[in-house]
Amino acid sequence: MPTGAVIEFTNISKRFGGVTAVNDLSFTVEPGRVTGFLGPNGAGKTTSLRILLGLVAASSGAATFGGVRYRDLPHPLKTVGAALEAASFHPGRTARSHLGVYAIAAGLPRTRVMEVLTQVGLAAHAAQRVGGYSLGMRQRLGLAYALLGDPGVLVLDEPINGLDPEGIRWIRGFLRDMAAEGRTVLVSSHLLSEVAQSVDDVVIIARGELVHLGPLSSLDTDAAPQTIVDSPDRENLAAALTSAGISFSIGRTGLLAASPDPAVLGHIAFAAGVELSVLHRQKAGLEDSFLALVGGGHTL
Amino acid sequence: MTMFLRSVSAEFAKIFTTRLWWILVIVLFCYIGLLAGGLAALFAGIQTGVISPDAVNTGGGPTDFGSLPPLIYSFASSVGYVFPVLLGALATTGEFRHQTLTPTFLATPRRGLVLGAKTATLILIGAGFGVVALAASVGIGGGVLSAFGVDALLLDSQTWLLIARTLLAMGLWAAIGVGLGVLVPNQVASIVIVLAFTQFVEPLLRLAASFLEVTAKIGNFLPGAASDALVGASVFTMASPAGTPPLDWWQGGLVLLGYALVATVIGYVVSWKKDVT
Repeated sequence: MPTGAVIEFTNISKRFGGVTAVNDLSFTVEPGRVTGFLGPNGAGKTTSLRILLGLVAASSGAATFGGVRYRDLPHPLKTVGAALEAASFHPGRTARSHLGVYAIAAGLPRTRVMEVLTQVGLAAHAAQRVGGYSLGMRQRLGLAYALLGDPGVLVLDEPINGLDPEGIRWIRGFLRDMAAEGRTVLVSSHLLSEVAQSVDDVVIIARGELVHLGPLSSLDTDAAPQTIVDSPDRENLAAALTSAGISFSIGRTGLLAASPDPAVLGHIAFAAGVELSVLHRQKAGLEDSFLALVGGGHTL
Repeated sequence: MTMFLRSVSAEFAKIFTTRLWWILVIVLFCYIGLLAGGLAALFAGIQTGVISPDAVNTGGGPTDFGSLPPLIYSFASSVGYVFPVLLGALATTGEFRHQTLTPTFLATPRRGLVLGAKTATLILIGAGFGVVALAASVGIGGGVLSAFGVDALLLDSQTWLLIARTLLAMGLWAAIGVGLGVLVPNQVASIVIVLAFTQFVEPLLRLAASFLEVTAKIGNFLPGAASDALVGASVFTMASPAGTPPLDWWQGGLVLLGYALVATVIGYVVSWKKDVT
């Protein structure tokens, strides 16, 4: 069983001309867990991953696998499997010969080609030219390339883009399985909801800078707790809240009271003799926390 | 070393898993076969008197073309060289165009080694193109010469030296194609440059340079002229009016190698080692 290595970003910065794409980014990714690398489009995720893989040169800083830079790995494909954008192939090649080329280059047994194509569910299309593949099939082929060397580390850039619902369910289970085997799994996405079901940890960047780091549960905070309360007699309810000194705004489904405790509101209504039709707490979800972190005022 | 050999094998696999190579091979064989066969018939016909010079309207032009076989056989490189250049340029620019540099550099992060492997591979395949081109020029052209009763010189060691030098020239041309591909990674621009330069610009330059002795000496260093010098015969040198001698065969080979090296090294710096985004 391949063992995962720790991925380490140390003070990575990248400038393209005068534009800073990544600014002083540092974090580590542990084996045996699925880590979501999140941020809006243009936040610098792909650039960071390409620096990690030695495809883009960092302006400063270093990114390593178990302390070794990608280009210094003795057996890169056996150590790290990466799937970047979904179109890195010659359209005239079949899936089998596409993977065959890189199996030869990496000194891997040719039997691995059909093994990984079977693993990602493309065995039936192995002899088909890749130019005729759908976006979902290309994603799977990219994943097959990542798996070619049976690596301990997986680096996947937006692997869920373009997959159908069945494919999304499949890849979620796949990511969990890979981590359960002790591999290091780093998955980028611009949508938290896409990966929330499969990740243990999150690394969130915005505008090239780290904004949050920690287990997924660390996002599950009551950032802006509100309680929705409503009554057939909304006027009297509003008066009761006002006299109790609770501020509120009028929402579509009722009054949005700025109080975290529904019991307090229930008591106020009861004391004022107002019948309630709605009383529930509205939690700020993971997605809201995520958007609050990366948003900085602009919408996605 | 194993890493280099693996890269060479992978580069071979890249060429032979797409359709381009055999399309070029078929066109190369037909083109050179028709040209060598047709001109062998014309020249041999005139030289042996089967075809009257008046009939082809040469206006009392030459009826003696020297030794015909080397002239006919050299069509393999003097005309066919554009095919290995195209293959080399397309194999290289295709990596940029289809973004296959990403999986290539992930599998082999040492980029200089990959470019060296690509060059070595294309030199061998370019020589393979030479075999095909010679099959057409010697096979068909020589057959036609024999049919006219002209000695095809197939037992002459000079003929076989010419054949060997043609293989070398075709290999070097493929390496020049790789160099052009990294120098001009845009595939369309690269193809336009290959076709415009080989089919139009260089023949004109060689013709223009040949009228004065001083320019003719410079013209000898044009890649096509160097290639013809390496091979040792060409329809172009036959047509040269100033009579300036071409380079020695080994000088021509070194000039070709120089073009390939310079283009590849500059291309490595300006495109190959840059960020792959």
